[in-house]
Amino acid sequence: MNHWIIAPIVLPAIMAPILLMGARHDMVLARIFSIASTVALLGIALALTAMVSDGTILTYALGNWVAPFGIVLVADRLSVMMLVLTAVLALAVLFFAIDGSDREGRHFHALYQFQLMGINGAFLTGDFFNLFVFFEVLLIASYGLMVHGGGPARVKAGVQYVAINLVGSTLFLISVGMIYSVTGTLNMADLAVKVPHIPAGDQALLQAGALLLLLVFCVKAALIPVHFWLPGTYANAPAAVAALFAIMTKVGAYCVIRLYILAFGADAGAATWLAAPWLLPAALLTLVLGMTGVLAARRLGQLAGFAVIGSMGLLLTSVALFTPIALSAALYYLLHSTLAGAVLFLIADLVARRRPGHEDGLSVAPGFTQLKLLAGSFFIAAIAATGMPPLSGFIGKLLMLDAALDSVHAAVIWTLVLGTSLIAIIGFGRAGSTLFWKSTGEPGSFPEHAQSNSLSLIAIGLLLAGCVALTLFAGPLTTYLDATAEQVFATHQYIEAVLGNTVLPGGLL
Amino acid sequence: MEFLLSTAIGLLTAAGVYLALRARTWPVVLGLTMLSYATNLFLFATGRLVLNQPPVISPDVVAYTDPLPQALVLTAIVISFGMTAVIVVMALRSFLESGSDHVDGQDKPVPAENRETTEGRA
Repeated sequence: MNHWIIAPIVLPAIMAPILLMGARHDMVLARIFSIASTVALLGIALALTAMVSDGTILTYALGNWVAPFGIVLVADRLSVMMLVLTAVLALAVLFFAIDGSDREGRHFHALYQFQLMGINGAFLTGDFFNLFVFFEVLLIASYGLMVHGGGPARVKAGVQYVAINLVGSTLFLISVGMIYSVTGTLNMADLAVKVPHIPAGDQALLQAGALLLLLVFCVKAALIPVHFWLPGTYANAPAAVAALFAIMTKVGAYCVIRLYILAFGADAGAATWLAAPWLLPAALLTLVLGMTGVLAARRLGQLAGFAVIGSMGLLLTSVALFTPIALSAALYYLLHSTLAGAVLFLIADLVARRRPGHEDGLSVAPGFTQLKLLAGSFFIAAIAATGMPPLSGFIGKLLMLDAALDSVHAAVIWTLVLGTSLIAIIGFGRAGSTLFWKSTGEPGSFPEHAQSNSLSLIAIGLLLAGCVALTLFAGPLTTYLDATAEQVFATHQYIEAVLGNTVLPGGLL
Repeated sequence: MEFLLSTAIGLLTAAGVYLALRARTWPVVLGLTMLSYATNLFLFATGRLVLNQPPVISPDVVAYTDPLPQALVLTAIVISFGMTAVIVVMALRSFLESGSDHVDGQDKPVPAENRETTEGRA
């Protein structure tokens, strides 16, 4: 058994208590340990990529209990790719955080590692009650990170964030209970084996449970009608945390991709493609709402939040077509939109720090230091986020539109994607010209805590370089993503890897 | 038995949803707690209601109760207890910082000198 699979969960789980107990009074030590742990996570994720890139699916039975009875971790191309993305994003955001914002409250680095543990666990697990547990791990860490630094507005937004996620967790448990009561299993691969054989009398319970679960994942992915928590939360969270949260919405998207192709996909009997008729309209509406929000936003942080909502809508539109080619395009856009979304929050924070009294409000204010540098970064980030050539957003949108050609809804999808792109370009253009072109005159006073910000700029540079790299290596990357999407759709490979020879025909029912 | 359990779950859920939609943080916390109680009972029922049967295999027993939902409920209780503690602390902190326990903060704040602080207490 390959023990590397559990390393992305165990490593942060060990580092977090060390940071909490050993390094709580020594910020330098905490930063060193935190960076070292995140670099090691990136190394492990890349090593796992090398192991799974030939198409093997690695499994790890916790406590050596055989698959349908014990909990398994599964590493295939998709989950390992998400691990790499998490590690890259976490490292860049950590550079931003150690530039001073980790001092604003206590235990930033410990919570950060717990957060990474939860996210990595959610990507690796092959058991959906275990998925619930990892959701709670990442949520409870995110509650702490969300109110890092305090302040009335932030704590108020934090209470709302906790409340909505507690309701989400309740729904998660109810749907897990409903699915378990019908299928008698919690293992995703075993579920995929049993769903086609569920009798007609139990179908209603099974499908209701599965759709409730879809609603829970949509809460995470900020899809209509459960998107409303995102702009307030992200705009009020510390910038580094909001940037890390860019991967949290993708956890929801990952779960939709994984579960609704594996268990409720092509071979699911009466529940075939259960999610598709609900997901597509919700995703398209989310796309329209997100991009309209970009136009309506009054603050740069809010604008970034709505851009994230819009990108989730676009991503899940492509996922909802449930074809390998559309999924491959969606995965490319997922990589791109995580980096582009995160960098917007970081830029918004640097702008806000330089405009005392105006913060990141979209209003004309006196100029500030490094205006041209930030304006340039914002320009590149905006090109990426709105999907204009030459950056990765353009390639992502092009791939998605191309994949949507075969769909019966092609006309609607094309119209909405192109229309919302225009709205987003106007929104970003308006925000950028107000903030950077109209803000002329003497540089305003430079707040003291923003003095040293070279690391923040490096973090922004790293994320933008990521977008450029996605563009430059788009060829080999799309080949790899095509293979990833095909592997996700070849569900029998996943089931064989997890259950091996223990599969009983028709399940144990 | 079935009627009693389903009524209890229904009542707890209805009360929980009603309270969770209130405008003050304290009823919201109570509502979320009730929702989590309802969920625990619901999870317990997903293994079917069985009386006086063991959950562990033994040679001289023919019928069993499903042990898995009990383990799930235990996990769910621990997690929801922790989460309730978190939201209580955050709601309290929010009230102390902003002077209002309205979930949107759209309310006249209580003057700072009238707020009880938690400082200096055990």
